[in-house]
Amino acid sequence: MQDAILAMLAKEPSHGYDLGLRLRRALGPLGGSMNAGQVYVTLARLEKAGLVVHERSEESPARPDRKVYALTDAGHERVAAWLAEVNRPKPDLVEFHLKLAAASASRLADPVELVDAQRRELLRRLAEAQRAVLAEPEGSTGGLLLEGIALRLQADLRWLEACERVWSGAGKESGNE
Amino acid sequence: MNVLQVRDLAKRHGRKDNLVRAVDGVDLDVPAGQMLAVMGPSGCGKSTLLHLMGGLERPTGGQVWLAGERIDTAGERALARLRRRSVGFVFQSFHLVEELTAAENVELPVLLAGGSPRAAKRRARHLLDQVGLAHRARHLPWKLSGGERQRVAVARALANEPLVVLADEPTGNLDTAATNEVLRLFADLRGMGQTLVLVTHDGRVAASADRLISMRDGVFVEDTWLGGRTGQFDGLFAMGD
Ligand SMILES: Nc1ncnc2c1ncn2[C@@H]1O[C@H](COP(=O)(O)OP(=O)(O)O)[C@@H](O)[C@H]1O
Ligand SMILES: [Mg+2]
Repeated sequence: MQDAILAMLAKEPSHGYDLGLRLRRALGPLGGSMNAGQVYVTLARLEKAGLVVHERSEESPARPDRKVYALTDAGHERVAAWLAEVNRPKPDLVEFHLKLAAASASRLADPVELVDAQRRELLRRLAEAQRAVLAEPEGSTGGLLLEGIALRLQADLRWLEACERVWSGAGKESGNE
Repeated sequence: MNVLQVRDLAKRHGRKDNLVRAVDGVDLDVPAGQMLAVMGPSGCGKSTLLHLMGGLERPTGGQVWLAGERIDTAGERALARLRRRSVGFVFQSFHLVEELTAAENVELPVLLAGGSPRAAKRRARHLLDQVGLAHRARHLPWKLSGGERQRVAVARALANEPLVVLADEPTGNLDTAATNEVLRLFADLRGMGQTLVLVTHDGRVAASADRLISMRDGVFVEDTWLGGRTGQFDGLFAMGD
């Protein structure tokens, strides 16, 4: 979540409250399981690490939450590195999903290219696993485990296909978040 | 030597508002002995590409050479001959003749190419043995499992010692175990130097090839070398999570 919050700040400085809303929206139905306090805890941690700073906003004094957070230079670098990195061994679904959403919102990276890079990595691993499966005698117990690994990688690849379909469509509309 | 050579190949359907660019200008060289997979989502043009390379469809643009012989402009008779002798097709739904036994299905292409009944029998016996189905030779297709049926279909594709085997979603109708059966068979064939081109949307099938081309909307977007490493698999604990 740290990286996702940083990436959202790359677009524009924001209140913790707004960040929470955007995260929840990006997570869809799963967003409900996120607790609001998590965002503030994470922001405090990021600030300590020198990745974000805050200012008190004077514009909306009525808000209980007047801190506006912004990225530092170090924060910017960290976001760029996160977006460029391919998840090895394979993507954590939630993290990868948030990465795509953040990449698209901040326009710092093309989500479809992130999907491509991830697919290359998964295919490389699947090729390895598949070769190992086929090298085992048919019906062996060792082969069974390898087959499980290959099937999981295959499932991940299918999911990437769905990601590509949705994000390549989303890129054509404007104002997508 | 390149078994297949493709230049600026295109296949369009319809016109104006209904124009579909099924294959939209692709270049490809398939060296002898290579196992190549073309992967992409449904509708991206995989089957069309395969049909163009095997002389089942005519392109609207570009050229195809099979073992140095131009096929896109070949006459109908030459093309029919080439489809019978130089190319072996494998389809998702097997396309076996349901009234004929496994052995008779494999004999058929030999007979159609002018081989003697004896030669056809000998060839079928040899091939069914090679695909591990000697004991099923007299069975009708409906008595065979999906994996067995596809192995018969592969044997049939090999009947006339084709220059290349072209397979369209060869595991599309198969469960995991049967998929492995067929992939093992392809790996054996590759080991024997058979050139193979498979089109698929299944990552596991694609990952079994030496080389993988990704296709989108009628064009190639990536060409990756996967083969070469036959070493032990070491990624187990990195991947299992
Ligand atoms: N005879 C045809 N007339 C019109 N469109 C066609 C015809 N054959 C294929 N297409 C279209 O060409 C595209 C590629 O089809 P195909 O090669 O079957 O894709 P794939 O095998 O990757 O699913 C699709 O959009 C399909 O609808
Ligand atoms: Mg198809």
